[in-house]
Amino acid sequence: MSVKQVSIFLENKPGKMCEMTDVLAANKINMRALSLAETEGFGIVRIIVDDVYDATTVLKDAGYINKLTSVVIVAIPDSPGGLKHVLEVLASKQINLDYMYALSTAASSDQAYMVLRVNDHKAAEAAFTKAGIKVVTQEEIAEL
Amino acid sequence: MERYYQQEIECASRDEIVAIQNKKLKEQVKHVWENVPYYRKKMEKKGITPEDIQSIEDLHKLPFLSKYDLRDSYPYGLLGVPKNQVVRIHSTSGTTGKRVVAFYTQGDIDLWEDCCARAIMAAGGSEEDVCQISYGFGLFTGGAGLNGGSHKVGCMTVPISSGNTERQIMFIQDLQASIICCTPSYAAYLGESMKEMGLGPDDIPLKAGIFGAEAWSEEMRAEIEKTMGIKAYDIYGLTELSGPGVAFECSAQTGMHINEDHFIAEIIDPDTEEVLPEGTWGELVFTAIDKKAFPMLRYRTRDICRLTREKCSCGRTHVKMDKPRGRSDDMLIIRGVNVFPSQIETVLLEHGYQANYQIIVGRENNTDTLDVHVEMTPEMFTDNVTDITKAQKELVAGLRSMLGITAKVTLVAPKSITRSEGKAVRVIDNRKI
Repeated sequence: MSVKQVSIFLENKPGKMCEMTDVLAANKINMRALSLAETEGFGIVRIIVDDVYDATTVLKDAGYINKLTSVVIVAIPDSPGGLKHVLEVLASKQINLDYMYALSTAASSDQAYMVLRVNDHKAAEAAFTKAGIKVVTQEEIAEL
Repeated sequence: MERYYQQEIECASRDEIVAIQNKKLKEQVKHVWENVPYYRKKMEKKGITPEDIQSIEDLHKLPFLSKYDLRDSYPYGLLGVPKNQVVRIHSTSGTTGKRVVAFYTQGDIDLWEDCCARAIMAAGGSEEDVCQISYGFGLFTGGAGLNGGSHKVGCMTVPISSGNTERQIMFIQDLQASIICCTPSYAAYLGESMKEMGLGPDDIPLKAGIFGAEAWSEEMRAEIEKTMGIKAYDIYGLTELSGPGVAFECSAQTGMHINEDHFIAEIIDPDTEEVLPEGTWGELVFTAIDKKAFPMLRYRTRDICRLTREKCSCGRTHVKMDKPRGRSDDMLIIRGVNVFPSQIETVLLEHGYQANYQIIVGRENNTDTLDVHVEMTPEMFTDNVTDITKAQKELVAGLRSMLGITAKVTLVAPKSITRSEGKAVRVIDNRKI
């Protein structure tokens, strides 16, 4: 049920991010979510796309090292306290959150979507489902 | 079964080799005295004449030649024959600014190609082989030397030169090339490219590679042998002494046999210039005893090396030289510590990185800085910043224990370090001292 995130190695230098997005643009790949982790020398770009296979293929062909990581995407009410409810579920199950970022939706909607990287994504999915929180599947990303 | 190109001479007794060396050395000193005024002046300055050189025991009396002599005598100052006897030149970039231009008579080319033929046969070559020469052709000696040697062996020779990796792989596959000659860094690059194309060691028809013209480590050899499923042989030479083939590796792969019927090797202390006993590490010095157009006497190679005369399992009797440990002039002194690029390469390979690196030396606040750029690999990459940073720290610690100083490690994008169709640029020294 989990979603695959594409993580890409980039040098921390002017223009490197731009070059990478150019590869995606040239291949008509739309990013639905993006987060950037940087160190002094390098960065890791994490993206969510509709078609993981297409994205990783064009990136590899362009010489980018990338890896797939399992993440959980949840829908939360776009109102105060929405995220807190999601995090309480994780905390109560002692599931550690490594990082998270937001996913953009096409239509105006009363739902927000968060991408979560946790230490145990299966346990997290089970806990969310039990708590009535909607977990998004890979197939559903395109429709958001 | 061990193959020899000139078994009689390659396996001659020590006495026979010494007799040849004595005779040729005397002739060569006389030839230089009469034809190379530049060197004659050096001899006169030391107060010696050809009469003083009766055997190889007297070799130490002769003055040295260095890169500086090549620069000062450029272009024709060390030419040993009338120009109309020269049939070819080769050239290389000199470390002191001027190019080195070396001259060859037809006889010089013949003996050089003989040396290369010995190397190819020592790597198992015969007229049954398809030998792909992926060294550069032109002024560089690599292509021409091995090409000539391959002809002498009778291999089907593919003079493809360096570069155009796709075409290289196509010829290897289509013609079923069994031997390849190129620089080790290009061999590593070819191996990587073939791996990316999904070709495993069993899909690659090559059985042997003859790799030289730059320093490489045992770890790099193991990696190339594994990726391509070949046996990788080292070959040594320099333009000043003709080119590749001055020394070559045999099936034992424990050092390179120096072609002693053409070259006499000595090891000296680079500072005192004293001759050191065999088995000691020091600077390698060569005397070419039958090359006429460019007759180098006691040429200082700057390579830090060692000679061993133990009996070799291949049957050859010529003295063996170790893989040079570095060059006394590209050895880096960083914060007072001697650093050889090959040491850094060893640490990288031990830590799971590939041998694609660049050493950048700089100076900040009067202190030397050492920055090692390493290419990220799919194997080393993870989504976890902490894990990558941890591996980076381990590499820094590994370098510190090998070198005794702290280096900064920068991870760079794959294939971003310039390489390797010729020689890889391993060291960039930005210090202005």
